[in-house]
Amino acid sequence: MSDKYDVIVIGAGPGGYVAAIKAAQLGLKTACIESWTDKEGKNRLGGTCLNVGCIPSKALLEISHKYEEASHDFAEQGIIAKEVGFDIAKMMKRKEGIVDQLTGGIGGLFKSNGVTPIYGHGKLLANRNVEVTDKDGKKKTYEAENVIIATGSRPIQIPPAPFDGTHIVDSEGALEFTEVPKRLGVIGAGVIGLELGSVWARLGAEVTVLEAVDTFLPVVDQQVAKDALKQFQKQGLNVVLGARMTGAEVKRKLVNVTYEDSKGKQEAKFDKLIVAVGRRPYTDNLLSEDSGVKLDERGFIFVDDNCKTEAPGVWAVGDVVRGPMLAHKASEEGVMVAERIAGHKPQVNYDCIPNVIYTSPEVAWVGKTEQEMKAEGEEYNVGTFPFAANGRAMAANAASGMVKIIADAKTDRIVGFHVVGPQASEIVAQGVIAMEFGSSAEDLALTCFAHPTLSESVHEAALGVAGGAIHIANRRKKK
Amino acid sequence: MSTEIKAPVFPESVAEGTVATWHKQPGEACSRDELIVDIETDKVVLEVVAPADGVIEEVLKGEGDTVESGEVVGKFKEGAAGGSNKPAAKDDSKKEDSKSEATSEKSSEAPARSSGEAILSPAARKLAEENNVDPDAVEGTGKDGRVTKEDVQNHIDDGKSSGSASTPASKPAGDMPQVDVGSGERPEKRVPMTRLRASIAKRLVNAQQTAAMLTTFNEVNMGPVMELRKQYKESFEKRHGVKLGFMSFFTKAATEALKRFPAVNASIDGNDMVYHGYQDIGIAVSSDRGLVVPVVRDTDALGLADIEKKIVEYGTKAKDGKLGIEDMTGGTFTITNGGIFGSLISTPILNPPQTAILGMHKIQERPMAVNGKVEIQPMMYLALSYDHRMIDGKEAVQFLVAIKEMLEDPARILLDV
Repeated sequence: MSDKYDVIVIGAGPGGYVAAIKAAQLGLKTACIESWTDKEGKNRLGGTCLNVGCIPSKALLEISHKYEEASHDFAEQGIIAKEVGFDIAKMMKRKEGIVDQLTGGIGGLFKSNGVTPIYGHGKLLANRNVEVTDKDGKKKTYEAENVIIATGSRPIQIPPAPFDGTHIVDSEGALEFTEVPKRLGVIGAGVIGLELGSVWARLGAEVTVLEAVDTFLPVVDQQVAKDALKQFQKQGLNVVLGARMTGAEVKRKLVNVTYEDSKGKQEAKFDKLIVAVGRRPYTDNLLSEDSGVKLDERGFIFVDDNCKTEAPGVWAVGDVVRGPMLAHKASEEGVMVAERIAGHKPQVNYDCIPNVIYTSPEVAWVGKTEQEMKAEGEEYNVGTFPFAANGRAMAANAASGMVKIIADAKTDRIVGFHVVGPQASEIVAQGVIAMEFGSSAEDLALTCFAHPTLSESVHEAALGVAGGAIHIANRRKKK
Repeated sequence: MSTEIKAPVFPESVAEGTVATWHKQPGEACSRDELIVDIETDKVVLEVVAPADGVIEEVLKGEGDTVESGEVVGKFKEGAAGGSNKPAAKDDSKKEDSKSEATSEKSSEAPARSSGEAILSPAARKLAEENNVDPDAVEGTGKDGRVTKEDVQNHIDDGKSSGSASTPASKPAGDMPQVDVGSGERPEKRVPMTRLRASIAKRLVNAQQTAAMLTTFNEVNMGPVMELRKQYKESFEKRHGVKLGFMSFFTKAATEALKRFPAVNASIDGNDMVYHGYQDIGIAVSSDRGLVVPVVRDTDALGLADIEKKIVEYGTKAKDGKLGIEDMTGGTFTITNGGIFGSLISTPILNPPQTAILGMHKIQERPMAVNGKVEIQPMMYLALSYDHRMIDGKEAVQFLVAIKEMLEDPARILLDV
């Protein structure tokens, strides 16, 4: 017995649930399959992002940031708060409450848009048939005109440090510690490693981040990355670059980590070790032999610019395909695919997708970095403005970091927009909008920004591109 | 009534093309057969013309986008066009200043927006004000046709180089700097290569760098052929309805020689030598857009009259810009004639993947030694450029000698000696 749908989406994460809602809004009969269940065995929509990724990590980051401000920064501002403490159990409950609200919210959106949720593990067969196995092992096959694969990704496990769920954990486990580890090791100084390291460092852990590569955040504009690293180090985050982990052994409740850096073989002991070295696309038991869908050499589902796979009528979006592993990229692709199925012709502009690291200071960027411009041999002009000179940042006790704008030397078009500092995640949206409209640096310089705001730094950086910043001395341009 | 603008059908070896230039924008008026868009492939630039009088409705594939054979690149609406209907000069005009020509066309024809509607970014507004540019005259390349600072700057730069300051709103002509190349001291005019020229350039350089190319020369006494022509000119024209020229003789002689020396008729494909069992000879003709080489197929099966007819047909098509890509691909040998321009001797360049090319030149009366006496004969130098990887020197020389002998004694062609 099979049910027939216009669209079946496999995966209800930010790629899948958005695609499903959009498809239903466009009048297509849509179903969305999700296999995730929580510790109590309850079905959960929302995927990695809502359940064990973006949302819970942001919740803990906010909470831990507030605690850090209260316990370290209030006194100098004239606020006397004795004995500020924290209750981890309550923090976790608060985090779970937010997650519950959002995952439940998706269920509500499905209902109001007419998307049928199907709970179980989905497998793509030939001819766009999808076989779902529920938690009791019962199988049912559904037919679809179109299938959208949105199965996301999983944390990469490395042989020297296999996850054991208690001492050596992945990002999911790092969000569930029941007490603050005294010494916390983090393998990988990427976005996830830095964010999770920050959370526990603020709550009192002694955190060491081991990064195999010699450069800190190589994909971030290096001027911005250096500023960020300095600030993290000031906060007590110990980042070791060029440190390649060779082994991790759990002995008597401690993790003995051996690694090699420029000085030779090293050893370190940690109470907990988080391994955050990247994520791999999740296609386990997803594709039957004759599904027609091909993987590329790195294991991602192979798609063209419009997210079409090699099998007719089968699409794939999000972390399971090429491109930045970001929730908003997955959602944009999900919308594009739903619209394409309905006969429209939208495209995703991959050049204007913002990236954010939610540490404090936040780091956010869109477009090209200065090192990319140099490597491509493109001529450019740069304008930067430090938050140290921004009144609002000073008032908020967050006057570190900068806004950096890179513009094409010939056309003045903004090609890169970088922020490290307070609210970088919000400020970067201004850069995205400017770039989508082909804005030149002069356009932003001629736009009125409210005062006093953090965003004014964008205005000043834009003025700086042409050497005309008002609130700092302009460096003479070397030619 | 809306029709589709499609990329032309590509030949088998061409997988895809790129949209090179849109000569018309949505909303712009076109007359029938006017150039709308150029599609660039590896071999040649294909032109798409307007099927009728009308207006471009929508552009579906922008410049730089990849298109497949026959793919829809836009929508066309037949019937009354919006804005002025000044017929734009076709791109096969001698002016290679295509960029500024297009821009000045656009500024004299009414652009898609009606006046006062242009949306400019702040910097674009400032620049336009400072340079007295009417915003409505600028072509906007931003989202939904918004005019960016770049657009205004380009408009200003084009106004300077092409010397045309025409804008729909009446602005005093004295405001725009009028630069006329030709007057003043040591003028210069920078003109980007047209796409066709650029792709010709690319292929030629490639040919020179891959083949071991050299040229062997010989000379032929055109007297006998000229006699033959004089004798049979009228009866030939009366019977076949086409003039008897030299090219058909050369083509026939070349065909016979190619049969005798198959290596000269072959091509190189990777490490293989491909011997063709037929002769498809490309006859180079000069058109306004540059040199094009349409191919006369199966010349062995054609008589002199058929060859002449085919040449006339191709000549007309070339003049009208109607040569299709299928007319120009797949030749096994090429004949080029520099003599019509006055060239006495030259080293023609190979037309890949062919391995040889025959160059004809000017017929010049010269004193020749004949049986110990000096006689004036109408002589033509022949040049055969060939790819030494395929063809040995001996073969190349003998091939050229065979052609010479057949031309000096056309009976050889009939008797196959």
